[in-house]
Amino acid sequence: MAKAALSGGWIFFPRLPCVFYWERMFWLLFFLVPAIHTQLCQPDGENAFKVRLSIKTALGDKSYVWDTNEEYLFRAMVAFAMRKVPNRETTDISHVLLCNVTKRVSFWFVVTDPLKNHTLPAAEVQSAIRMNRDRINNAFFLNDQTLEFLKIPSTLAPPSDPATPIWIIVFGVIFCIVIVAITLLILSGIRQRRRSNRGPSESLQILLFTQENGVHPIFFSAEASHSYQVLVK
Amino acid sequence: MEKTRPLWANPLQFVFACISYAVGLGNVWRFPYLCQMYGGGSFLVPYIIMLIVEGMPLLYLELAVGQRMRQGSIGAWRTISPYLRGVGVASVVVSFFLSMYYNVINAWAFWYLFHSFQDPLPWSVCPLNGNRTGYDEECEKASSTQYFWYRKTLNISPSIQENGSVQWEPALCLILAWLVVYLCILRGTESTGKLEQLANPKAWINAATQIFFSLGLGFGSLIAFASYNEPSNNCQKHAIIVSLINSCTSIFASIVTFSIYGFKATFNYENCLNKVILLLTNTFDLEDGFVTTNNLEQVKIDLASAYPDKYSEVFPQIKNCSLESELSTAVQGTGLAFIVYTEAIKNMEVSQLWSVLYFFMLLMLGIGSMLGNTAAILTPLTDSKVISSHLPKEAIAGLVCLINCAVGMVFTMESGNYWFDIFNDYAATLSLLLIVLVETVAVCYVYGLRRFESDLQSMTGRSLNWYWKIMWAGVSPLLIISLLIFYLSDYILTGTLQYQAWDASQGQLVTKDYPTYALAFIGLLVASSTMCIPLVALGTFVLHRLKHGDTAPVA
Repeated sequence: MAKAALSGGWIFFPRLPCVFYWERMFWLLFFLVPAIHTQLCQPDGENAFKVRLSIKTALGDKSYVWDTNEEYLFRAMVAFAMRKVPNRETTDISHVLLCNVTKRVSFWFVVTDPLKNHTLPAAEVQSAIRMNRDRINNAFFLNDQTLEFLKIPSTLAPPSDPATPIWIIVFGVIFCIVIVAITLLILSGIRQRRRSNRGPSESLQILLFTQENGVHPIFFSAEASHSYQVLVK
Repeated sequence: MEKTRPLWANPLQFVFACISYAVGLGNVWRFPYLCQMYGGGSFLVPYIIMLIVEGMPLLYLELAVGQRMRQGSIGAWRTISPYLRGVGVASVVVSFFLSMYYNVINAWAFWYLFHSFQDPLPWSVCPLNGNRTGYDEECEKASSTQYFWYRKTLNISPSIQENGSVQWEPALCLILAWLVVYLCILRGTESTGKLEQLANPKAWINAATQIFFSLGLGFGSLIAFASYNEPSNNCQKHAIIVSLINSCTSIFASIVTFSIYGFKATFNYENCLNKVILLLTNTFDLEDGFVTTNNLEQVKIDLASAYPDKYSEVFPQIKNCSLESELSTAVQGTGLAFIVYTEAIKNMEVSQLWSVLYFFMLLMLGIGSMLGNTAAILTPLTDSKVISSHLPKEAIAGLVCLINCAVGMVFTMESGNYWFDIFNDYAATLSLLLIVLVETVAVCYVYGLRRFESDLQSMTGRSLNWYWKIMWAGVSPLLIISLLIFYLSDYILTGTLQYQAWDASQGQLVTKDYPTYALAFIGLLVASSTMCIPLVALGTFVLHRLKHGDTAPVA
């Protein structure tokens, strides 16, 4: 009899006048429960969360229609998530209530305790959902952006950070090449100057070499002018 | 016996050196901006007229002076008149200022180049915030490319007063940039160089200015290059070729830049529309996919009439997306190169490849400019017997690079970008106009146009066309004087100078006034180069007076 009352059926009419206190309470509860049931799940209700799905955006042609079966699956996933929380292992699908389903698709949900007279604290529900977000997303072929739990922030995957940033490696390579090239050029310049100081015939060759190859004047002007003077003398 | 001067291997090398000096970053990020601001294609009219009337004559003049005098800028002007050595000194000072801050652009280009070898590109995604529940706040308010530029690259402070510390990453890149410049000076390849800037209305003023700075007149680089020419070189032909190629490059770069603008504007416009659609869909719980770009306006009207209260609540957040307003956001300078272009690149396929190519191109342009600038500084130094007798060439070049690098560290501080803007806007603008004016007047009236003409004729074997004579003696000086008057009056009328500062809390640029010491510094910058001309003239006059009785100071 209690079970039938809980399912919200109006099967039993009170045949006897309510003389007993407990009977009166029972019938009071009988009428109130559906009312409480609807009151527990309300937009902006206490411990209620709004969910928003963007199925068409996510799946395009392969999108499915949101119907009561999908709702059932959702309630099952939430109950599954809650069952993983310590002390809430007995959460049943019937404890998860949905309401205000719109065409968007969006709706509100709450998780009640087994007695269905109050909702579970939002913090518990939030942590449960966050732990199992991946599983819930995968059940619907969606991701964090297309299956949104407003007020439940999702943990974003950080970008992969290698131990040494890549740019330092490239920098190091180019830096070393430049240093080596500078050292080689300075050394060859010193060597050439020493050679031109040694003899005029060699410096004539150097002069011809530099003129033919059109190396920039700034660097070789000392050698060129010096060797020319030597030749003229 | 006259010391032989080293020569270019062939005239082509000289032409390439001049072209690579003249074609630089300004062609890419200044000219397209001017075209956009002053009516697109119609800007070409004042531009080409100014090219013919001002650009080519002045370029030819500088090349001819260098080729005739066969010395760097200081020596060349001393030959024309001993009192005018200050012009050469002023050129060297301006080149010095330029090389101080210009290489910072190369450092930034290196930074971006090194970061292009990552997937995804670092400026395409925002970093996460502290507890990994969302993206960084500053990055959300601005965009990921702006965040990467202002926070990761510059780590910019909110105003010029807050100096912060030297950032080691850009500092490393700056050191590398100077090492590359030093390597190229040693190697002595063809150099590239250029400069531009200024900001003011009036298409003609800007066309004149753009041509002027685009060709890199007044720095002494062109004189330096031409001084290594054979005396018989036909520099008239080369002047025309270089200026034409420079302008063609500018026009070509504008085509590319405009297509990038279009791509970015379309992308942002579509993004904006999608955001509005999402906002409406979520607020009114409409069916997903019901609102599209086609019926957006109709839906807005329907919703406004059906749910007036809710609609008025959400109305402030609904932006009117307009393609025109996206297209009209014109950007120039570092903002264009490092924000707009990177934003376009990150949305392309194989973005790493485009990124590497693009920043490599920026580096080529920038390093080329730097070589021209350093040539302008080094040639007078190496020509001077005092300095070159004590130190070998490598040491002089190394010393110049080291000093510039050390000063350049200022631009790697947190407020460095503000100081960069000061240098960019004020270091070379007024001074160059004055320098080139004095150059033109000196050649035509102090040295004597007829004397110069006969010099050129004996040197090259060709007589001087009447067109050049009219331009040099009359039109070009008048143009420069009018430009000078315009800019001076504009500076005076504007009153206090302002700058754009990055506000991290809002995620956008705000306008602020310069503090007094920054204004004083700007005045010092302009004065230190322009005052060289009268001061050196005065000094020479005083020295001459002290040796009273001697003949005029020997060139």
